Amino acid sequence: MCGIAGVIHRDGTADIGAELTAMLQSMKHRGPDSTGYAVYGPADDLVVIRFVLAEPNRSTGFGMEERLERNRAEVESRLAKIGAEVATVTSDTGYAFRATIRYGGDLKALADYLEDVPGCEVLSLGSSLEIIKDLGDAETVSGQYRLGSFRGTHGIGHVRMATESEVDLASAHPYWAYPFADVAVVHNGQLTNYHQWRRRLEQHGHRFQSECDSEIIAVYLAEYMSRGLSLETAMKHSLDDLDGVFTYVCVTGNELGIAKDEMAAKPLVLFESEPLVAVATEEVAIRAVVKREVETRDPYEREVLVWQV
Amino acid sequence: MPGSGSRSGVSYDARGLVEPHAELPENIEVDGGRARFDAADLTIRQINMALRKLIYNDGISDVTVLNPASKHSLAVGILKRCRIHFEGSPGWFACGLIDGPEVTINGRVGWSVAENMMSGVVTIERSAGSLTGAAIRGGDLIVKGDVGARTGIDQKGGTIIVTGDVGINTGFMMQRGRQIICGNAGMNLGDSMYDGAIYVAGKVRSLGVDCVPGEWDDDDTELIDRKFRIHGLGDPPEFQKFVCGKQLHNYDALEPSERKLVIH
Repeated sequence: MCGIAGVIHRDGTADIGAELTAMLQSMKHRGPDSTGYAVYGPADDLVVIRFVLAEPNRSTGFGMEERLERNRAEVESRLAKIGAEVATVTSDTGYAFRATIRYGGDLKALADYLEDVPGCEVLSLGSSLEIIKDLGDAETVSGQYRLGSFRGTHGIGHVRMATESEVDLASAHPYWAYPFADVAVVHNGQLTNYHQWRRRLEQHGHRFQSECDSEIIAVYLAEYMSRGLSLETAMKHSLDDLDGVFTYVCVTGNELGIAKDEMAAKPLVLFESEPLVAVATEEVAIRAVVKREVETRDPYEREVLVWQV
Repeated sequence: MPGSGSRSGVSYDARGLVEPHAELPENIEVDGGRARFDAADLTIRQINMALRKLIYNDGISDVTVLNPASKHSLAVGILKRCRIHFEGSPGWFACGLIDGPEVTINGRVGWSVAENMMSGVVTIERSAGSLTGAAIRGGDLIVKGDVGARTGIDQKGGTIIVTGDVGINTGFMMQRGRQIICGNAGMNLGDSMYDGAIYVAGKVRSLGVDCVPGEWDDDDTELIDRKFRIHGLGDPPEFQKFVCGKQLHNYDALEPSERKLVIH
């Protein structure tokens, strides 16, 4: 199962946190285990890092509070050591953090250095991307992270029914396309050549944080974009290289793209107007943000579409 | 307002799966043999409860549902001749397992509309998702727009008419019935079909395994003219006909042990 959704406003910013929450909550029946968002606020000269220091269901217990505090201090110390100037570090949960920094160095080196801290996983890095994911339905996660007031131009989301891996944060979508700033993916389906591509990509120096096949797509796109390909071209390549049945939505700092496999086996509905494009697994999610009768369509097999902000 | 707010004497669900606290909507307007209600603020179960009560218990033969708002599984399992109008777009699995109703949908529908329909007519004024008319046994299903993948997969009877394009694997493992596609067809048309016929007016991206061009005869012309006339679709375009090549499956009436004796 699982449900995916995406919105892009081509005429400025909107309440995309609230919009994605409404879309994802309307698809709760497709996956109540975890909910995730990749949202894009206005870009500025600060780098935004979203990271976690523990899985939500392992964030309490004997000595855990001290350990989280110690590891958080270690993250801040490492940020300083690598030459980043920390502007803010905040947390809504005690285990998930948002930091803003001034940093002009290599983002891969930064992510790798931080993830060396015990329990640390960098969820996203970029000038405007923020990935928020946690256990529970959309309203729960949105309330926990105060996403109702998040304004931005575009974003994607995912509700997960765990079928092939754990109910945990590492297996929750979206996935950041490490080490590319501001690139994220949500996916619905199964990839059957996961292990083959994982070995290939690891040989190219990419790291994986989960056993979830969906993470392959984000890293695959990162690999191809590192060779200078556009998002659209990289997505078209993926249709030849990735086996299985899948529909995925990918976002960058100024784009939102969809790709459907050659069997068109997984659902996706598209609504397109001049100011707004909305995609979702089911029409009911589109109706959660466009409160009127609209024309929608199912993209066909091997269709790749990309929209810009 | 017949029965509103009361469930006494009404059997809504043979399996006892009545939604906890689900109450019949109070906004049903009845005028003679007709009824209408706004579904915008109703749950799926409330909408279906209202439809079943009106059609089965109150003898209403013409029901209009306003604002279905893409909700799933509406008007499923209605086994009585009646008219149901949707003003707006239902979601997935609309009108599945029906036997008799004449349904008009003034909107689009999601996946699996009219799945397993036994008889009746379902007319959709706009586009439809994938698995449209999957495994229908009878009746007519008309989509006045494009549809997604796997239209009429496992079709066992009836007629599907699409005025626009259809996606990949249309007519996959079709066993009987007719599909009339006025637009283009995606890859693998009629893959592994057993029987029946698919008529396509536009381009076919590729034929599936054992799907071959068929010979046109007067019965084909009569069928298409009749269906277009009945459903007010204007003059039919020219079609190509595709049928099963009958090379893939066994079509004799022999048991495997008997076939071995005949062949050898």
